[in-house]
Amino acid sequence: MTLQARFLGAAAAHGPRIAVEDLGGRAITYAALHGVSDRVRDRLVALGVRPGDRVGLCLRKTIDAVAALIGVMKCGAAYVPVDATASMTRAAYILGNCQVAATVVEEDLAPALADLSGPKIVLRRQEEGPLRLERALDALDAEGVASPAQTVLGAPKDLAYVLYTSGSTGQPKGVVLTQENALAFVDWCVATLAPTAADRFSSHAPFHFDLSILDLYTPWHAGSALVLLDEKCAKDAAALADVAASRRITVWYSTPSVLSMMAQAGRMERHDYAALRLVCFAGEVFPLVHLRSLVAKLPPHVRYLNLYGPTETNVCTYYEVPRPIPEDRKDPFPIGEACAHFRARVVGEDGRDVPRGDKGELVMQGPAVTQGYWALPEVTARAFLVDESGAWYRTGDIVLEEPGGGYVYAGRRDRMVKRRGYRVELGEIEACLYGFPGVEEAAVIAEPDADAGVRIRAFLCMADRGKPSIIALKQHCSSRIPVYMVPDTFAFLDGLPHTSTDKIDYQQLRTLGPAK
Amino acid sequence: MEEASTIKSFILGEFLANEDPANLKYDTPLVSSGVVDSLAMVRLTAFLEEQFGITIEAHESNSDNFETIDQMVALVRRKRGA
Repeated sequence: MTLQARFLGAAAAHGPRIAVEDLGGRAITYAALHGVSDRVRDRLVALGVRPGDRVGLCLRKTIDAVAALIGVMKCGAAYVPVDATASMTRAAYILGNCQVAATVVEEDLAPALADLSGPKIVLRRQEEGPLRLERALDALDAEGVASPAQTVLGAPKDLAYVLYTSGSTGQPKGVVLTQENALAFVDWCVATLAPTAADRFSSHAPFHFDLSILDLYTPWHAGSALVLLDEKCAKDAAALADVAASRRITVWYSTPSVLSMMAQAGRMERHDYAALRLVCFAGEVFPLVHLRSLVAKLPPHVRYLNLYGPTETNVCTYYEVPRPIPEDRKDPFPIGEACAHFRARVVGEDGRDVPRGDKGELVMQGPAVTQGYWALPEVTARAFLVDESGAWYRTGDIVLEEPGGGYVYAGRRDRMVKRRGYRVELGEIEACLYGFPGVEEAAVIAEPDADAGVRIRAFLCMADRGKPSIIALKQHCSSRIPVYMVPDTFAFLDGLPHTSTDKIDYQQLRTLGPAK
Repeated sequence: MEEASTIKSFILGEFLANEDPANLKYDTPLVSSGVVDSLAMVRLTAFLEEQFGITIEAHESNSDNFETIDQMVALVRRKRGA
């Protein structure tokens, strides 16, 4: 079974039902989405896309993007979504890195991808009317009709999508996920969230973020609707609080950062959330103070699921938050028990199980675990613990098992942090800073912060021992790395502290006070 | 431009620690340059509301109104005049 085969089933079973709607009043049925994605498939095949290829998607959060990714999978190809709102330098790197055979791209972003090989389907800007994708396909058909191709039903080991995450060496790395990986997760979502035809799912996460997998594919099971929250709305607390109510969202899924922002600045008391039944969150720890505030603003029937898992496994443990939240609770809630499609262990540095209750690294095994990283065999090898019981994905997360079962998150093994739900390799930020003119040494550290969750502090030593403009530095960073990776503060030193082995002494950097 | 210097001090203190104040001009792009992101905009909105006794509607918290200090001043003045 594959996602595209599932979609054919959904289109047959739920044809007239609304599959996807946006905030601009556009909506598309399962039947119509089937039709448009068939046309995408035909055109991509005509452009030379073959089973096993990758196809880049550099699109804003639109119905077009949903139709495009289904069309890609109907070719038996894998889609590679990139952030259309962030640095195009990064997007161009990603699409070049996995050698896309073709790309579907927004017209205004196409020039930035001019050097990328392979044909492009370009979507023009247009506020109203039919799908932009259909217009682009019409225009291409006018030059020569794409003959109907067959949907490739594919096999479980085929690639479904490649999701790029922050890489410690300065370039993002592509997590390859097969159809089997995707469906193992989607089946768990269906079993756990029990979607019905009446459900209306939020689509908050961008499609390059693994949270989108739940949003995109769980609704197909029962013919539920997906409500796309575009990039502008997605950052606006008041707009989100409004659409969650006015669009009668029943299943919400986003990072805790977004829900915290809605609870703090969304003026949620103005709205009626009677339709909402389930709030799922993932990607980072939900500070208890903000979770309490959210729960207080929503009706008592709403259930809350804390989902945990890296892109490499998607959700692999989960925990249902008890209600009411016990008054004496001070710590964030646990990440819970392994999902049914995983086996989990907690191991020490030596790769052996630690005594129950001791801290160790969480490692996972199961059909949803990635095969590894695109074209990075060494990084892939390091990501797995292999012993007599097989290969286990090393999450890098330190946990401990509670007496009653279930895991508690206790930190990271390496230099990765989570910011607004996104993975941030501090090394990638440092690599970016080294690209700023005159930087001799650069180091960044992450610190917990009550407001922002995590603060990123950068320390620089300039060749001239001078102090460049912070605005210029932020501008440099934001044109190269996503905004959630840009450091909050910059400090300038005449030399960074080093350890006896001549590595940057991060412990000592932590002792330096706030930037002055 | 009393409002402008108040806003400038807030931005320097909150988002541009260590910056030379001379580098932050009233027409320096802030959103498109990555100085002010969506979370920073939430804090700036709260600051402007409290500081100037105005109410900023959700749809007004956008990059059009927050791209420069000049634009924030214009927003504040519009709100006070309204």
